[in-house]
Amino acid sequence: MDLRVDGLSHWYSDLEVLRDINLTIPQGQIVCVIGPSGCGKSTLLRLLGGLEQPTQGQVTQVGEPPVGSLNPLTYVFQDFALLPWRSVEDNVSLVLERHNLSKAEKEDRISDVLTRTRLSDFRKAVPKQLSGGMKQRVAIARALSVNPAVLLMDEPLSALDSQTRELLMDDLIDLWTREQFTSCYITHNLAEAVRLGHKVVVLSRRPGVVREVVDIDIPLANRRMSDPRIAEIQQDLWDMMREEAQTADLELAP
Amino acid sequence: MADVTNHVDKNGANPVAAPHERPVYFRGGGFRTEPRRFVGLAVFAILLIIWEVGSRTGVISELVLPAPSQAFAAFMELVNSGNLQKHVGASLQRLTIGFSAGSLLGLVVGTAIGLSSYARAGLSPLVSAIFPIPKIALLPLFIIWFGIGEGSKVATILFGCFFPTVIATYGGIDSVDRTLIRMGQSFGLSRWEIVRKIVLPAALPAILSGMRISASIAIILLVAAEMIGAEYGIGAYVLLAGNLMSTDQLIAGVAILSMLGLIVSWLITRAEKAFLGWRN
Repeated sequence: MDLRVDGLSHWYSDLEVLRDINLTIPQGQIVCVIGPSGCGKSTLLRLLGGLEQPTQGQVTQVGEPPVGSLNPLTYVFQDFALLPWRSVEDNVSLVLERHNLSKAEKEDRISDVLTRTRLSDFRKAVPKQLSGGMKQRVAIARALSVNPAVLLMDEPLSALDSQTRELLMDDLIDLWTREQFTSCYITHNLAEAVRLGHKVVVLSRRPGVVREVVDIDIPLANRRMSDPRIAEIQQDLWDMMREEAQTADLELAP
Repeated sequence: MADVTNHVDKNGANPVAAPHERPVYFRGGGFRTEPRRFVGLAVFAILLIIWEVGSRTGVISELVLPAPSQAFAAFMELVNSGNLQKHVGASLQRLTIGFSAGSLLGLVVGTAIGLSSYARAGLSPLVSAIFPIPKIALLPLFIIWFGIGEGSKVATILFGCFFPTVIATYGGIDSVDRTLIRMGQSFGLSRWEIVRKIVLPAALPAILSGMRISASIAIILLVAAEMIGAEYGIGAYVLLAGNLMSTDQLIAGVAILSMLGLIVSWLITRAEKAFLGWRN
C-alpha cells in the first residue's frame, strides 16, 4: 500500500504551518522527512495517520493494506508512549485486545514480534526496568504486532543517547532488510536520514514547503558512515538546511 | 596560588615550597530525610508516660485530663459491657456506605468532568461553589430531607467524600500524559477502552490520594453526624461522655476515632502498594 499526499496545507488558527505538500510514500520504502525545528514535520506525520485533520488537501491510501493488518497506519512515538503499569507483553497486548483474536493468535503475534525485536527474554518486565533503547524496541514491537501497512515514525531515536541510537538504527536496517516495511520517518538528524532513507524530503522553515526530494540509491545494508557518497549527500542536505535552520532559530515561538 | 613560595612553616624557619592542601569538606546532601524506625513510637510512649506520671503525682488535675490508665479502664469497661461492638459497628456501617457511595459517585462525576467539555463547563463551577460549604452546616437540612435516622448521617458523609474525589479525579485525568491517549487513538482503541485502560489507571495515583483526604473528612463528619439523634456510634458515645463530664470515656472514644483513622490510612497505603507498584 502506498500513501499519497495531495496539496496538503495546514493552519493552527491563523498560523500557517504547512503549505501545499505533495508527496508519495511508496510501498517498501522508507521516506525520511527532515527540516528545522518548528517546520511542521510532526504535524505532517499526525496528518498522515489521521491524528489531525488537514485544513486543505488530503492524504490517500493507494492500494490495499496487507492481509491481517489490524491497523494500516501505525505510529512509533518519540517518547515511546508505553503504559508504565503494563509489562512488555501487556503493552503489546493492549493494541490487540479489541480485535477479538483467538487466544492462540494473540499469543502468536506477541511472541512473534518480541522475537523479531529480540525482547523475548523481557516479556514480564515493566517499562521502568528497561533502558531507553529497549523501550523503543517494545514500542516498535507493539507497532509491528498489528501488521501495519505504513509505519509512521516520529523522531523515534531522538530520546535516546547516541550509542543506543546507533544500535537501534542497525536494528531498523536489519528489520527493513528482512521485511521491507513501508515507513515515513520524521527526524531532525541528518545522519539518521542518510542511513535509513530511500528518499529524503527536505522541508523549509515555517510554513513548511517541500524544498527538495533527494533519492539515495545505495542499498540500506551497504551504507557506511565512512562512505564518501553518504558523507557527500549528508553535506548537501546540511547546506540546504543550514540557512533555514539559522533563520528558524531566530524566530519567536508562536 | 601566587603567594605559595612566601609561606613559612610553623617554626618560622624554612620557606615552604609545597602548595597549601586541605580536604574538600562535605557541604550537604540536599536536606534528604531518611526513615528512622521506632522514633515515632518512642515519642508516643514518652508522651504517654509523662501524662501518666503527671496525673498520678497530681500535676495534671483529674478533672482536666484523666490519666491514660483511667481512659484505658473506661475502654475496657466499654469492651466488657459489649457496647463497643454496637458503637463501632454502627459507625463503621455509616462510614463504609457513605464513603464508598460518595467516592464512587465522585469518581463517575470526576471522570465526566475530566473527559467531556460539556460536563466540565457545566459542573466544575458547581463543584467549586459547593465544595467549600462545611457539610456540617447542611446536616439540619439533611435531617429534614432524609430523616433523623441513618439517611441523614450517611448523606452527610457521602456529600463530604464526593467533592474531594471529584476534584482529585478530574485533576488526575487532566495530568494524564496526552501522548498515551494519542497512542490509544492511533491504534484505533475505542473511547471506552482508552478511558478504562489508559486514562483511569494513569489517574489512579491522584484518585487514591484524593481518597486519603476524603476518608479523613468522612471520619470527621461521621462524629458530627452521630452527635445528633444517634443511639449508637462512636460520636454518640463521645457526646454522651462529654455531657456526663466523664472525661475518661471521652478520651477512650477519641482514641478509638484516632485508631479508626490510622486503620483507614493503612488500608489506603496497602491499596497504593497493590495498585501502584509500577511506580517503583
